Amino acid sequence: MAIDIKKSEVETRDNRLGAVLAFHGRASTLQKDSSKRAVKDDERIYSQCSDCSQGCAEVLSYMIRDAAIVVHSPLGCLSPVSIYERVEASSKVRGIEAPKIQVISTNIGIDSTVYGGVKILKAAVREAYDRFHPKAILIHSSCAAGIIGDDIESVVDEAESELGIPIVPIYCEGFKSKTWTSGFDAVFHGILRKIVKKPIKKQEDLVNIINFAGQDAYTALFKRINLRPNLIVPNSSVDQLAIMSEAACTISICESLGTYGAAALEQNYGVPQLKVSSPYGIEWTDRWFRELAKLTNRTELAEKLIKEENERIKPIIEGYRKILKGKRAYVYSGDSFAHYLTNMVREYGMEVVGVTTLHHDQTTDTKSPSLDTLGEMIKYTGDVERFSVCNKQPFIMYKIFSELKPDILITRHDSIATIGTKLGIPSIRANDINVLSCYDGSVNLGARIIDALNSNKFFKTISEHVKFPYSSWWINQKDPFYFDKKAETK
Amino acid sequence: MSKLIEQPRFSCALAAQTTVLAIPRALPIVHAGPGCASKTFLTLSQCAGNQGEGFGGGGQISSTNTGTKEVVFGGENKLRTLTENAFKVLDADLFVLLSGCTSGIIGDDIVSIANEFREEGRPVVGAETSGFTGNNYQGHELVVNSIIEQFVGDVTPKVQKGLVNVFSVVPNQDPFWRGDLEEIKRILTSIGLKVNILFGYESAGVFEWQNIPNAEFNILLSPWIGLKTVELLKKKYGTPFFHFPYLPVGGKATSLFLKKLAAFANLDLEKVSAVIKREEEKFYSYIVGLADFMSDFRSNIPNDLYLVADSEYAIGVSDYLVNELGLQPKGIFITDVPPTDTIKEKILETIETLGKEIREVVYFESDGGKIQQKLFELIGSSKRAVIFGSTWEKIVAQKNNNMLIHLSMPIVDDVILNKTFTGYTGGLKLTEEIYSGIFKHGTIDKNVQVL
Repeated sequence: MAIDIKKSEVETRDNRLGAVLAFHGRASTLQKDSSKRAVKDDERIYSQCSDCSQGCAEVLSYMIRDAAIVVHSPLGCLSPVSIYERVEASSKVRGIEAPKIQVISTNIGIDSTVYGGVKILKAAVREAYDRFHPKAILIHSSCAAGIIGDDIESVVDEAESELGIPIVPIYCEGFKSKTWTSGFDAVFHGILRKIVKKPIKKQEDLVNIINFAGQDAYTALFKRINLRPNLIVPNSSVDQLAIMSEAACTISICESLGTYGAAALEQNYGVPQLKVSSPYGIEWTDRWFRELAKLTNRTELAEKLIKEENERIKPIIEGYRKILKGKRAYVYSGDSFAHYLTNMVREYGMEVVGVTTLHHDQTTDTKSPSLDTLGEMIKYTGDVERFSVCNKQPFIMYKIFSELKPDILITRHDSIATIGTKLGIPSIRANDINVLSCYDGSVNLGARIIDALNSNKFFKTISEHVKFPYSSWWINQKDPFYFDKKAETK
Repeated sequence: MSKLIEQPRFSCALAAQTTVLAIPRALPIVHAGPGCASKTFLTLSQCAGNQGEGFGGGGQISSTNTGTKEVVFGGENKLRTLTENAFKVLDADLFVLLSGCTSGIIGDDIVSIANEFREEGRPVVGAETSGFTGNNYQGHELVVNSIIEQFVGDVTPKVQKGLVNVFSVVPNQDPFWRGDLEEIKRILTSIGLKVNILFGYESAGVFEWQNIPNAEFNILLSPWIGLKTVELLKKKYGTPFFHFPYLPVGGKATSLFLKKLAAFANLDLEKVSAVIKREEEKFYSYIVGLADFMSDFRSNIPNDLYLVADSEYAIGVSDYLVNELGLQPKGIFITDVPPTDTIKEKILETIETLGKEIREVVYFESDGGKIQQKLFELIGSSKRAVIFGSTWEKIVAQKNNNMLIHLSMPIVDDVILNKTFTGYTGGLKLTEEIYSGIFKHGTIDKNVQVL
C-alpha cells in the first residue's frame, strides 16, 4: 500500500507495522512469527512508565534550525525542553553555530478542556511567528488536545494563508500509540506533507542521512567517494529538509527511526532508500558502502575506501578483541539498534547472553527483507536464546540481570543503563549512535566497553549500597515475565 | 486563561510525583498516558541538577500507560489491576495514585479508587493531578494535603511539646531541596526542637507523616506554597502555624527567622540566643575572611545583580546578596505564578521590608522568553552582571561573557548533591559559589582589570 503524504496523519506503528511491546523467547521465533505478522502482544498487567510519541516527536523536531515549535499541551509535555540546550554540543561537534531552541507551549488549562483550545493555539502560532520569525512552524498535538478534539487542521490552514510559511501539524498524541517511535513517523509525515518541496534539480552526490543529533561521522568518509551527506532531521535547517527530494538516495542510520520517512520519500519523490541494514560492525559497514556505491555508481571509490579503512582499523580491533573475547554482554536498547549492537559485540568475540529491545516492529514500511534487522542479525551472527521485547520496565530487567549477571550491559535510552549500574554491572549508554556507526564506530564501542570494565569499582560501590523498591515475593519470583500473560489466564 | 510559556521553569501538576518520591519509602502510581511519568520525572531530575531516580523514581514509576482503549472505555479497571499488582511487586509504606490528563478528562475517579483500597487496609491515597489542572507547585500542595486528609486522617492529636512539622521547598523543583532541608532541620534541632522534616534523607518517612497531628506547631517557610497545608492542619488538628514568608539565607535573615520563631513559640530565649551567637560568630568569621579577597579583587568582581527564581528562593537570596554582600539589584524575576492577587501583594510587601531597591526591580514572569528579552534589554552591553538563574540564562550570560550562578530550575549542566543555599551554611555556600565563580569563569589576576 502506497504511502499517502497528503493525508493529515500517518497511522501508528501499532496498526501499520504490528509493533509489539511484550515478547520473550528465542530471537528466531520472534523473527519467524513476525514474518507472518503473527506475534501477539501480551497484555502487561503490571507496568512501569513507558514513553510517548510526543517524546520522539520532540527528539526529531525541537532542534530544527530556523523552525519554531508550538506544543499544544499542558505545560508538563514541554517541561523537559531545557535538555535540548544540548544542541550546543551537537552543533559544536559538527562545527556549526548552535541554533536557538524555539519552542512554546500553549499551556492548556482547565478552561481549554471545557471550551476547546483552538483559540489559544491560534494565538500561540501567531506569537511563535512574531517571536522567532521562523521559516516553518510545527504544531505538536498532545493527549489533552487530542481528547478535547481541537481542530488543529483549521488552525493550520488559517495560519498558512495568513503567515505564508509552512505550518506543520504533528499528530503525536501519547495515548494513541503504545509505541513511542510512532512519534518519529508523525514528524516525518508532517515534514513530507508540508516542508519537502518538489525537486528543482536532482543532486546526484547528495545523500539524505536520517540520524539523531550526534557527531557527523559521515562527511569525511563520504568525501572520499564524492558524496555529500544531508544530515536530517535534528539540527538540520528547514531548507535542508525542503531539498530532501533532490537527493540521490536516503539512508536511515537506524531503521527504527527512519523506516517511514525514507519509504515515504521513495514512494512520493522517487528518492531510493538504501535497502541494506545500517553500518554497525565492520562487515555490515563494508556491505553498506558497497550498496551505497552501487546505488550512486561509485563502486571503484568505495572499494578503495573499504580496503583502506579495514587496513587502518584492523590492528586496533585486534587489540581490543584480545581483551573482550569471551566477555558476556547483555544488549538492551531500541529495536534495530539492539540488533546492530549484537552484531558489533559478537564481532569482538563477545558472548551475547541476552538481548532486550524496547519495542519490535514486525515489518517495515517497505516490507523489504533486507531491512529486517532482526533477520539480518540472526543470519549473520546467529540466534539469541534469551531474547525479549520490553518497553523499559526495570522491574523485569532487574530479575533478568540478577540471574544472568553479564560482564557488561550496553544500552541506549533514559533510565535503563541505571538498572545495570545499580546491580553492579558495568553499564554503558551508547547514546550517540552516529559515532558507533561505520569503521570508527566499532573502535569506539570497543574502547567504551573496556573503559566501563576498568571502572568496575564505581559500579561495585553503587551496588553495595543501593536499595530497590521490589518486594521479596518479586525478588524470589521465578518468571520475570509473570505479568505478561493474559489477564484472564492468571 | 492560561498563558503561553517558552523556556519553562516548572512543570504540570502530575510532576508532583516527585513529592511522593521525596518521602522515604513512598511510591507514586501514575494513571496517565505512556510518557507522562517519564517526561515529568526527566524535568525534575536531569533538569534539576541531575538528581537521580533514587529508591523508586525514573523508569521504575508504576504507570497504567493509558491508551486509546482506556480513553474510549474508561481506565478505572486498568488502574485497579495495576495497583493490586503493584502491592505484589513493590515494597513500600505508602502509595499515592496520581491522575494525568487522559484519565482526568475522561473522568476516571482516582480518589474513589484510592478509598476502595484504603477500606481494604492498604496505605493508598489518590490525588487528581491532571496536567491541565495546574502546575507542580499546586500539585505538590495537593499531594501533601491529600496524604494528610486521606492517610493521616481524622485522629485526635496527642500534642508533643517541641515537636514541629516543617513545610517549605518543593522537592526537586528546588534543585537544592535535599541540602536545604538538612540545613533547616539542623538549625531547628540546634534550638531544641524535634523536627518532622517530612522529605529527604533525614526524614523518618511515613512515621513522621503519621506524627504530623501531634506537633506543637507547624512552621511554614515559604511565601505561599504550603499555606493551604498549614491552614488545613489548623482546621483539622487545631495546630497553630508560624509563617516566615521566605527561605532565609545568611546570618541576618536566619537569625531573624530564629528570633521571630522563638517569640512565636515562647521558646527558651537564652538558649536560642546562645545558638544564634554561636552560629553568627562562625558565619561572620568566614565572611570577614573575605575582606582581603574582596578588597584586592574589587575591580574584577561583578556587582550588578540579576536573579531568576521562584518566590521561595528569589526573596531570601536577593535579601542576602543585597543586604549583606552589597550587590546592586537590577532585575529580580519571580517565575512561579502566585495563584491570587492577594498572594502577589503579600510577596511584594515582604520584599518591601527587605529594601526599596529590591522592590523596584521585581518582575513577575513565568514566560522564559519574556524574561530573556527583558534581561538582554536590562544588561545591554554591561560586563558587570552576575546572573543567578537556570540553564536558560546561559544564553543571556554568554552574550557579554557575564557570570551565571545556577540557582533555579531548570539546571541541566550541573550535578547537585547536598549543596544548600539556605540558612547559615547556605549563605556561606552561596558566597563561595559567587566568588570562586569568578575564577572558574576565566583566569583573573588582581593586577589586571578584566571587567
